Amino acid sequence: MTGLEVEDLTVRFGATVAVDQVGLEVPAGSVVAVLGPSGCGKSTLLRAVAGLEVPASGSVSYAGGDLAGVPTHKRGFALMFQDGQLFSHLDVAGNIAYPMRLRHSPGHLSRPAQRQRVAELLSLVGLEGYADRSPITLSGGERQRVALARALAVSPRLLLLDEPLSSLDRGLRERLASDLHDILRNAGATAMLVTHDQEEAFAVADRMAVMRDGRIVQSGTLDEVWRGPADGWTAQFLGYATVLRGEAAQRLRLLAAPDQSWHAVALRRSALRVDPTGPMTATVEEARVTPDQIRVQLHVEGAGSLPAVADPGTDVRVGARVRVSIDVTRVAPV
Amino acid sequence: MNLASRNRLGTVALAAVPLVGLVAFFLYPVGGMLARGFWPEGSFEPGAVLEVLGRPRVHRVLWFTLWSAASATAVTVLLGVPVAFAVHRLRFPGRDLVRALVVVPFVLPTVVVGVAFRQLIAPSGPLGALGLDGTATAIVAALVFFNVSVVVRTVGAFWEAIDPRREEAAAALGASPWQVLRTVTLPALLPGIVSAASVVFLFCATSFGVVLTMGGLRYANVETEIYLLTTQELDLTGAAALSVLQVLVITGLLALAARVRRSALPVDRTARPVPRPRRAHVPVLVWTFVVVVFLMAPLGSLATASLRRGETWGLQNYRALGTTGERSALLVPATEGLYNSLTIALTASVFALALGSVVAFLVSRPAGGRLTGVLDGLFMLPLGVSAVTVGFGFLITLDRPPLDLRSSAMLIPIAQAMVALPLVVRTVGPVLRSIDDRQRQAAASLGAGPLRVLLTVDLPVAWRALIAAAGFAFAVSLGEFGATSFLARDDRPTLPVVIYRLIAHPGAENFGMAMAASVVLAATAAAVMFAVQRLRVGSMGTF
Repeated sequence: MTGLEVEDLTVRFGATVAVDQVGLEVPAGSVVAVLGPSGCGKSTLLRAVAGLEVPASGSVSYAGGDLAGVPTHKRGFALMFQDGQLFSHLDVAGNIAYPMRLRHSPGHLSRPAQRQRVAELLSLVGLEGYADRSPITLSGGERQRVALARALAVSPRLLLLDEPLSSLDRGLRERLASDLHDILRNAGATAMLVTHDQEEAFAVADRMAVMRDGRIVQSGTLDEVWRGPADGWTAQFLGYATVLRGEAAQRLRLLAAPDQSWHAVALRRSALRVDPTGPMTATVEEARVTPDQIRVQLHVEGAGSLPAVADPGTDVRVGARVRVSIDVTRVAPV
Repeated sequence: MNLASRNRLGTVALAAVPLVGLVAFFLYPVGGMLARGFWPEGSFEPGAVLEVLGRPRVHRVLWFTLWSAASATAVTVLLGVPVAFAVHRLRFPGRDLVRALVVVPFVLPTVVVGVAFRQLIAPSGPLGALGLDGTATAIVAALVFFNVSVVVRTVGAFWEAIDPRREEAAAALGASPWQVLRTVTLPALLPGIVSAASVVFLFCATSFGVVLTMGGLRYANVETEIYLLTTQELDLTGAAALSVLQVLVITGLLALAARVRRSALPVDRTARPVPRPRRAHVPVLVWTFVVVVFLMAPLGSLATASLRRGETWGLQNYRALGTTGERSALLVPATEGLYNSLTIALTASVFALALGSVVAFLVSRPAGGRLTGVLDGLFMLPLGVSAVTVGFGFLITLDRPPLDLRSSAMLIPIAQAMVALPLVVRTVGPVLRSIDDRQRQAAASLGAGPLRVLLTVDLPVAWRALIAAAGFAFAVSLGEFGATSFLARDDRPTLPVVIYRLIAHPGAENFGMAMAASVVLAATAAAVMFAVQRLRVGSMGTF
């Protein structure tokens, strides 16, 4: 079933091109993350989809219907911002019921139906009993849950999420990311998420598009993008620790995995491991203990300085000679 | 002595300076005026005061005050809110000019406003056909003219603080533009609107110069009635009764405004890109244009009138400012009045700035608690207490020991400084409050003493607000009429007093001179405001 289709979309601010001929699809029932650094144009793309920015060219359509000229409030989408943007003059229930109270809007419900729907949504986001609270008294995580409930209130055709978890601290972000994943699946929502945080994208979405300087540089399922980053920049942005090119990449391939073929390779930090049975030799340049493992910087013979890990208790004093193995599932050819 | 009590002692010592000033030059004279009414023969007779409130004429005056102020407030809010949107949420060529033009009427001398309106609507004036001369409608229009800027600036500041994404979120949830305005924007603006409306009501209900010059014998409000009772009928009991009533009502209003303001979210001034107008904004821009025309029309007609005498056009009225007028309407040439006005306003603005910045500093301390709330309210009082009461109080209390200032040149500047004081506090206070206290703590932890913190953290942020406040106080002092009309001696008048004298005396030359003097006064006040506007202090003129 077709959901959102963005074709050849360009948005300009004066002389700056914020979104440059972008194509993107969000199939109905799926969650697509647009991942990119700040300033890459991803929020502008989201705003153009919402109808808040007027594109210079290209089209946005949903279920086959072109949305050019359709104002924001008639698109049947819902938008959730980084900081929730709850209405401070309404309580939690009032915020969630907001779209249901709008007359002449498709989401309009009668009073008793509103109450019931608000209760359902509060339980969906895990905030039973919060109906009468004022938004000012809520924590950051609770506010985002309320904002999510409000956005889901009228079962929008498409949910637009602008960095929904970025304002939260790390622990909360991880927990809420997996909750968000479950809530979106349970609600059967179609959603487009923009974020600069690859973990958020991986935790919430099914598919992703990587954006850079106003263009989509790569898109596909999470697995496709993760296993085959389009280029070195994308690999590093996705969280790969290093990208090796040219001779160093070839030496590493010959030493470690002669059956693979690559010209350049992206390595996760845990791709190289200090292992007495490993095929390569290296000298320890730096070592730092973390709760799970020892993070080391090695000078690998023939490949140069690379990050690696060692099991706790391994002798990795600076200057020590060690042997190193490579885990080919943790490298990606570029 | 421990650190905490030393800090508290410092605060008290600092607060003592403006407090002594307020007590000596505001509470004491006002109290003296009220005491005259309640103790007419040296014995306490509240019955006489109550008797005053039963007079039919007083009922008429109260009723006129109430309805003229209420209707002027309603119209001002209706006119001002769309303009606030246009100049604070849109970017268009000439926006800064519109912002500056809107503020000009507020600092115009009330006498000039009265004269300018009469010139516009007099039977011989450009709008004479409307037959508004001498009507209550004309008075309401002049009050609106005077106060539009209060609404534009106060509501505009709130409008700037609303995150546009909140409205976008509502639109995305299905709210039409009208529903967004009604359910999201207006609730967020409400504290600003209520705050501005209560201040406008206050200004309208205590307006003196406008009603005095336009009301004639038919219309009087509480303020002009106090003036009439004290100067013409020498009925101090009646005047005191009205003053007490005014103080009570106004204190209540100020308390209400303060409460609404506190419940509002702190104003955050993060710069956001402001969009260019779209087609949907055309009505708002047209509305803004109409309001600007309404604000400029009386000034235009004033300028025209100043250039003619009878049927001849030219600068003769301006040249005549060097004389004492037809049949010696004045004791000194009008130019001397201008000189007096400038020197007095300069002195008054120095006083107001000195006291006001100390008060602003004290009320902006984050850990102030109750004390700062009381201080803030106390120093707002001059905003609402009848300037006539202040002026008359000065006259009857500061004429003998312990404070004998009868012949002091400082008398008028001090009175004007009291009137301008609340405006200084309201301009500087919010700017000081916007400084994150942790910056001061960081500076202190790096070794800066309290004075150095003030110089290196507060001053770099606040200096523009201080200059703006001084300019604002200067412009307001320049046009102050209520208190000054009591205190100015005939041989040393200020320009507004000169204008009032000139229009009170018959003769085409006197009238022409009044027009020319009004233009000079308006131009001076406007020039000061234009200069101050360039400093871009957001809190200026907000309440």
